[in-house]
Amino acid sequence: MSHSTKVSHLSGSEKVTYRISGKVHYGRYFSAALIFLGLALIVRAFWVGHIRWELVGDYLFGPSIINGIINTLILTAAAMVVGIVLGLAAALMTLSQNPVLNLSARAYIMVFRSVPVLLQLLIWYNLGLVFPTIGIPGLFSVPTTDVVTPFIASLLAFGIMQGSYTSEVIRAGLLSVSRGQSEAATAIGMTRMQSLRRIIIPQAMVVIIPPIGNEVIGMVKYTSIASIIQYKDVIYSAQTIYYTNGRVIELLMVCAFWYLLVVIVLSILQRYVENYFGRHHKR
Amino acid sequence: MTFTVEIRDLQKHYGTFHALRGVSLEIGQGEVVCIIGPSGSGKSTLLRCINQLETPNAGIVRVNGDIIGYRLEGDELHALPDRSLAQQRSRIGMVFQQFNLFAHKTALENVMEGPVIVRRIAQSEARQRGLELLERVGLADKADSYPAQLSGGQQQRVAIARAMAMDPVLLLFDEPTSALDPELVSEVLQTMRELTKSGLTMIVVTHELGFARDVADRIVFMDQGQIVEAGDARDLLINPRHPRTQEFLAAVRSH
Ligand SMILES: Nc1ncnc2c1ncn2[C@@H]1O[C@H](COP(=O)(O)OP(=O)(O)OP(=O)(O)O)[C@@H](O)[C@H]1O
Ligand SMILES: [Mg+2]
Repeated sequence: MSHSTKVSHLSGSEKVTYRISGKVHYGRYFSAALIFLGLALIVRAFWVGHIRWELVGDYLFGPSIINGIINTLILTAAAMVVGIVLGLAAALMTLSQNPVLNLSARAYIMVFRSVPVLLQLLIWYNLGLVFPTIGIPGLFSVPTTDVVTPFIASLLAFGIMQGSYTSEVIRAGLLSVSRGQSEAATAIGMTRMQSLRRIIIPQAMVVIIPPIGNEVIGMVKYTSIASIIQYKDVIYSAQTIYYTNGRVIELLMVCAFWYLLVVIVLSILQRYVENYFGRHHKR
Repeated sequence: MTFTVEIRDLQKHYGTFHALRGVSLEIGQGEVVCIIGPSGSGKSTLLRCINQLETPNAGIVRVNGDIIGYRLEGDELHALPDRSLAQQRSRIGMVFQQFNLFAHKTALENVMEGPVIVRRIAQSEARQRGLELLERVGLADKADSYPAQLSGGQQQRVAIARAMAMDPVLLLFDEPTSALDPELVSEVLQTMRELTKSGLTMIVVTHELGFARDVADRIVFMDQGQIVEAGDARDLLINPRHPRTQEFLAAVRSH
């Protein structure tokens, strides 16, 4: 696309006109052609391959698949809530003067960032092997397996893991707000809680929201690991179906479609939320 | 006679550094005191110890008779809980060198924040009062602007309105014009001049000797964590007695 524009200016008393030609981006055309070719090959491969696409369409909105994706979303949301609450608490603890709180928060972050989430999932789920019953001695006690369902085990594993990461994000966010802001809040008579809630956290959000948005998107996909301990997420539902009818790839494509859709929707939401929290920074 | 501010033998250490070495000062109701002194002499530290942004290591501060941060029982001082200290601070306004306006709030919201959150005054009432105060500092038309949209001088005037919104018994200014471009200094000083007419008690750390001469009842000269000399504003500027004061004034004026 070589476009040209005319520019006039006065040189002395004479009017001079130049012609400007835009840059020609050969690289763009070349890379576009290459990628298009690649895509075409992939699409062809899947088209002639052993996939019955009409089955993918049939299963897409099947009740157990829909139920599965809903369970995926529930676990994602619940784990993120646990993660953010724990993360905020741990972040405040690492920033506090109290050495006990400080050290416990650091230990928590260290431990749960080190242990793989799959391992945590299995440990929580098999807690019944160590503690057959849980409760308050003398008051009540229930079988551990009744309490630590696949959902609870996943929630604990993902929520606690997420908290250890989110605490670092929140900590960085809180530290990004200049000290003068909290001093001004203190000087007008706010308590530490009031200043956190009204002044520090809202400003820290600008820094905290983008990485948390990414973590939510990451969590959507992380939760698929929970199918290992029989949590009925979308992958578990797909597997249950293909164990009986053998349409493995079709059902995996169904899962891929749903993950793609959810992540696209979340990415759009993320943009809105980021703009909302960043609004006072614009002129 | 009771003083609005009574500072007794204040001491502050930062690690091994002795930033305040026994500062005592009394300030009467409605008095305007300017504090001058070289960099690092402890001026900011003194102001910050008055409203306990820093906790002094020894000595007490009374404002309107109340000991800041402590409750006296018999002859023992008990540290106040956070909430009570916050209430005490809410009557002591502070204006910072770097303005420190709440960046995510408009000028009006900045002024309303204290009354609404700390004093629990109704929004509508706080809004009206806030608009009046912005009008008073000449910024009625900037009520809906965010700090980033305001000049330094305008931000500092909003900060003054924010401090005034709490009906302070005492206003502390820490070099309120030092971060401003020269052409913006006078608008802030003018706003402060207006305030002195309303009978507020003010402590102003400043390098503006002209301002100090015109509005201060007293000038305090600090050096190395101590008050070296204090006295009537004009007297001290014209006839400084202590050689360190003379040196300092000469240095400031030669600029
Ligand atoms: N948080 C702190 N930690 C360690 N030292 C400090 C701290 N705050 C202040 N100081 C030291 O205490 C001394 C007094 O500082 P202060 O800020 O009160 O001086 P100042 O008179 O306000 O100076 P300036 O005119 O530069 O503002 C300085 O030497 C400073 O380095
Ligand atoms: Mg200072």
